[in-house]
Amino acid sequence: MKVKNEMSVSFPSNSANESFGRAVVSAFAAQLDPTIDELSDIKTAVSEAVTNCIVHAYRNAIGMIYINAKYDEKGTLQIRIRDKGCGIEDVEQAMQPLYTTAEGEERAGLGFAVMESFMDKLRVTSKPGKGTTVTMQKNLARRVMKNG
Amino acid sequence: MGVRLILKDGFLTAMLSGEIDHHSARELREEIDETAMRTKPQMLTMDFSNVQFMDSSGVGLIMGRYKLVQLWGGAVSIANLPPKLEKLISLSGLRELCTIVKDVKSDESEE
Repeated sequence: MKVKNEMSVSFPSNSANESFGRAVVSAFAAQLDPTIDELSDIKTAVSEAVTNCIVHAYRNAIGMIYINAKYDEKGTLQIRIRDKGCGIEDVEQAMQPLYTTAEGEERAGLGFAVMESFMDKLRVTSKPGKGTTVTMQKNLARRVMKNG
Repeated sequence: MGVRLILKDGFLTAMLSGEIDHHSARELREEIDETAMRTKPQMLTMDFSNVQFMDSSGVGLIMGRYKLVQLWGGAVSIANLPPKLEKLISLSGLRELCTIVKDVKSDESEE
């Protein structure tokens, strides 16, 4: 990826920051002139990833959430959301729709399913005890020309 | 962000507004449940006309209310879903549990 522009932001895992996290990525993505639908997809996917950090990674604690977003000349937007929380033992199982480890809290178990279907690419890497990194891509290619 | 609750003839309508995420869902849940448990409506209508954003926490909110009203044999309907939330609702499988209704006008008589 030949980076044309990039931003990083980090904040503690307070649930009030869920809206901040998706708003800041959305403001950055707006540089690629996405459609309202594309922007809504991005906001929703980021919200899921940030919520996972708050609900699962830092379950009974507050820790930092790190977001990095960048795009290239072709209009590919890449968003990386990282935590240093508990990590996921079995990533494949965690990514199954409806699977949740937070039953009592009305979690629908759809976080990864939403990220997967709302974005064009999703990669999840995790080390138990070390943390989790979610990398997502959205292709906003056809619009990049007019932004020069 | 918030919810306005309207009770009429055993039907409870929850007029939701703002952004529904994990942070805001807790308060919405508490407000809806407080009235729902007291009035035990046959139908709980969740109206999304003024919802600007929703992630899967909103799906959890609907599923949880569905389970609650089931306790007394009630049902949940989803009203006035904005187009941008349709993708999420389709993915969630909620169409199997709830009726989806459009163009519902709500009464202004507040509970």
